[in-house]
Amino acid sequence: MAIAVEAGGLSEPKLSPTGWLHTASQAARRNPAGAIAGVFCVVLIGLAVLGPNVAPYSANDISFVRLQAPSASHPLGTDTLSRDMFSRIVYGAKNSLGIAFAAIAVSTVIGIVLGISSGYFGGALDLAVSRVIDVMLAYPALVFVIFAVAIFGRDFWTVAVAIGLILTPGATRVVRSATIGVRNLQYIEAATAIGAGPLRIMVRHVLPNVMAPIIVIASVNIGIAILIEAAISFLGLGVSSPTNPSWGRMLQETRPTWQTAWWTMIVPGAAISVAVVTFNIFGDALRDWLDPRLRGSR
Amino acid sequence: MGQYIARRFLLGIPVLVAVSVLIFGGVRLIPGNICGLVLGSAEAMTPDNCSRIDHDLGLDKPVLTQYFHWAGNAVQGDLGKSMKTHRPVLGDIRHRMSTTLELGLLASVFAIGIGLPMGVYSAFKQDKLPDVALRFVTIGWLSMPSFWVGTLLITLPAKWWGYAPPAGYVQVWDDPLQNLQQMYIPAIALGLALSATLARLTRSSMLEVLRQDYVRTARAKGLRESVVLSKHALKNAMLPVITLFGLQLGFLLGGTVVLESLFSLPGLGTLLLTSVLSKDYTQIQGLVLFFAFIIIVINIAVDLSYGLFDPRVRYS
Repeated sequence: MAIAVEAGGLSEPKLSPTGWLHTASQAARRNPAGAIAGVFCVVLIGLAVLGPNVAPYSANDISFVRLQAPSASHPLGTDTLSRDMFSRIVYGAKNSLGIAFAAIAVSTVIGIVLGISSGYFGGALDLAVSRVIDVMLAYPALVFVIFAVAIFGRDFWTVAVAIGLILTPGATRVVRSATIGVRNLQYIEAATAIGAGPLRIMVRHVLPNVMAPIIVIASVNIGIAILIEAAISFLGLGVSSPTNPSWGRMLQETRPTWQTAWWTMIVPGAAISVAVVTFNIFGDALRDWLDPRLRGSR
Repeated sequence: MGQYIARRFLLGIPVLVAVSVLIFGGVRLIPGNICGLVLGSAEAMTPDNCSRIDHDLGLDKPVLTQYFHWAGNAVQGDLGKSMKTHRPVLGDIRHRMSTTLELGLLASVFAIGIGLPMGVYSAFKQDKLPDVALRFVTIGWLSMPSFWVGTLLITLPAKWWGYAPPAGYVQVWDDPLQNLQQMYIPAIALGLALSATLARLTRSSMLEVLRQDYVRTARAKGLRESVVLSKHALKNAMLPVITLFGLQLGFLLGGTVVLESLFSLPGLGTLLLTSVLSKDYTQIQGLVLFFAFIIIVINIAVDLSYGLFDPRVRYS
């Protein structure tokens, strides 16, 4: 009996396997719109990844009747070149959303490195980082991406890194102020006392505790990244080509038929807006859930 | 105050220098040679021709010399000549900047004129139907790309009522009325997302301020609610809004490129696009530098405007 109690006392309390599901369903009940948006986000990401596997036709199949209004066989109609617009939207998700996600990855990684190190060390490093941010903020967003494309050409990572760099100042500032918030707390002092080095403290103790604002700023920035990518491909400077669709480019391509065939104008713009709305609402829900102090701010 | 302004401008100089180094260095990273680009054909690329072009463009000098030459001229108001049209870059910029600045200004006026009242009203009716509706609307506005809003605004009125703004761009000083008829649609398209951002921040900032004691005092002494809101609350709620507005100007100014392209307005954005498409690197370099210059100046102006709204801000 005594042995059993001792063994029970030593084992760590385990979260039941349905623990996170329970938490998620609780959050969903409190914010149903956020939950629906979350499901939608997964669907959009699925489209971007699976793309060609789930589209009913090929993006470049031109064997249909041109400028057909939406119908059962073509839910979003066909365009001037007789291509199925729904399939082109699905194919285009890879460019439109893929670049946005890559940009977020870039801005988040740089933001974490610069934000935590400048917030933790302060002093000269902090000053240097904030000067670098000043310089980054001096470029109008789109002009910077256009400049990058003009120099390095129109490939996926050029556009993604350029958009990521635009979003980096915001991410860095958020991480930096969160780091300053935890820097002087007792557990950091305790870690220092047992001889942990700065790198270990930053990675093992600071990073997990500033994760919530990092996730929030990333989800807010996805919407901006999608909009910038769309603008770049609308200008014809993105990675897309006539055979490699993206949503911004689709809107430009359908320009001659905006007046006569309404769906050619509505579909690409609505795809962009729906994606951005979805990530915005999901980001709001995440923020309310993870970081109540930021509620209502933007 | 004068001293503060002077120091604020001095602090802008290192930023501008860093920006110019990045632009200059960036253009030097371009693969391929300038000579082939200027001459346009492989037959013309004789060593003689190429060395003459390198000499004309100063490319035969060390990079550092080239930078100081370019930057020194830029300070004196000479951004060099276009590689394609051979016109001075600054001349074209000066000719076209009014359109871009007017578009940005009109969009800001629209965004502030719509966004602030919406935010104040939303905060005033917190959690009631108008507030919920406005929050819903602003999320939608934030999510629509400006060029799609522009698309809808030119196509739908034309389709439904046969309305179209006058064709053929005129400068604002030639015919202000016709110019405004051509500019207001792109300005609304550009300012819509910003108005939503401003409305959302104004709302949350107002909610914070409305909880303060001095607002209760103002109400207790019998002031009309409109005066409480506009004089006591709004003015104090403005600081974070101004900060955000300054940060958003980069997006706004960048957005002019897309709308100028969509509406065929002869501004800096369309100039940038044509110079990117024709690989006119001296022009690209000058334009990007000019854009950065505008942003830096506007940010200084935003910093200085804090004092207008909050007398506690001291310029020292």
